[in-house]
Amino acid sequence: MSVLQKWGKLGLRALSILGRAALFLSASWRLGGPWRPALGRLIHQIYQQGVLSLAIILVAGFFVGMVLALQGYNILVSYGSEEALGQMVALSLLREFGPVVTALLFAGRAGSALTAEIGLMKTTDQLSAMEMMGVDPMVRIMAPRMWAGFVCVPILSLMFSAVGVYGGALVAVDMLGIYEGSYWANMQASVDIYDDLLKGLVKCFVFGLVVTWIAVYQGWDAEPTSEGISRATTYTVVFASLAVLGIDFVLTAVMLGGF
Amino acid sequence: MIYHELNLDIPAGKVTGILGPSGTGKTTLLRLIGGQIRPDKGSVTVAGLDVPSLDRGALFMLRKRMSLLFQTGALFTDLNVFENVAFPLREHTHIPEHMIRDLVLLRLESVGLRGIAEDMPQSLSGGMARRVALARSMALDPEMIMYDEPFTGQDPISMGVLVKLIRSLNDALGMTSVLVSHDVNETLSIADQVYVLSAGKVLESGSPEAIKRSTNPAVKQFLFGEPDGPVPFHVPAESLAKSLLHSGLDQSR
Repeated sequence: MSVLQKWGKLGLRALSILGRAALFLSASWRLGGPWRPALGRLIHQIYQQGVLSLAIILVAGFFVGMVLALQGYNILVSYGSEEALGQMVALSLLREFGPVVTALLFAGRAGSALTAEIGLMKTTDQLSAMEMMGVDPMVRIMAPRMWAGFVCVPILSLMFSAVGVYGGALVAVDMLGIYEGSYWANMQASVDIYDDLLKGLVKCFVFGLVVTWIAVYQGWDAEPTSEGISRATTYTVVFASLAVLGIDFVLTAVMLGGF
Repeated sequence: MIYHELNLDIPAGKVTGILGPSGTGKTTLLRLIGGQIRPDKGSVTVAGLDVPSLDRGALFMLRKRMSLLFQTGALFTDLNVFENVAFPLREHTHIPEHMIRDLVLLRLESVGLRGIAEDMPQSLSGGMARRVALARSMALDPEMIMYDEPFTGQDPISMGVLVKLIRSLNDALGMTSVLVSHDVNETLSIADQVYVLSAGKVLESGSPEAIKRSTNPAVKQFLFGEPDGPVPFHVPAESLAKSLLHSGLDQSR
């Protein structure tokens, strides 16, 4: 087989996966059915994906904030601008670290769990049984998970950033001796609701959708064997992480007016 | 290709047994009837509807009228036994909670498992899980139930009860039953008509008595479990001597 044929085959395979994933996305957003049980399923998934991810998100946010303060101080002090540390920590967290690190951690914690759960349901015929009972797994299983991921990532990201700002303050004020008033005042003066907070939230919603889509689709498409589930779980973490980083570049460029 | 000009007629209100060696496509046949897979060629008609041509909505409507007992049981592992049996009732009916409770307990009583209503599926044996799945598949009193190996893993007492249950359900509710099984005696004892499949073809069909009297050597071999006959025990492969010789040569290189 020539190199061209191999590339062509790979390209066709990638296109076919993308096509199936797109069809899956179009079918898996409808919560459907009576609103009360549908809401119950959504809340359960928000608990599974969001609340159970809280610990890792908060601890990571705290450490990232502290590291940002340390690194930022070492750079800013050489320009005599260490008073701007609060501004630097807050903007870094709201614009980049909050959305990106939250999405990466979410992919590792909740995304892999979603893939394994759905893959195992497929392997043990639970999804087929549901279909045979006239219950659509897209509505009953996939949609609540998709919406929960979409909702959870922005909330987790805000919490990540908030804790990070406090972690930064701990290092900046208590360890490095920066005046507390300037840490908070500079932050308050420079952080813009639209440019920083809302644009960061837009990223979070996009990351939430993409990570959950990849995780749920990989579970749905997994080969129904133990190796298949293991492979799908790995793909979820790898693809979701790369997608988050790639999309982050595109969104940042668009938001900064680079394109 | 799995089947060669396979033609089956499953009469309404009867128990139809489908027998045949492993790998002959019996489970695939049930999935074709349920519309989980579509045939490349040919047609599958259930209650006058051409299953492969139905859209998703129509297929789901048809499936509310039928039920499939999976080989594995396919119980929902996040729900306990009670909730598993209640699942189709909650999804497709608006009956009040106290009635759901009564119906579920009656279904569990009929398979002898009312005492484990609160247990999780993970704590059940394979045979018990299949009995719970049977209770779940009966929950909505469907017009047709397809049983995929319902007797596998059952002890003799449970097997006797299940055989009677399948027959009595069919008679009492007038439902159509399709029973795929390896258990020849049990299937022949309750079926109204039987198909014996092998290599993707119908070898023999008719009443259980007619099947027992069959002179077809392949059918006789299957019914009496004879190791030698037209149905090979071994999957086709090159000769053992050749395989062993080759592997020896490969290792010496």
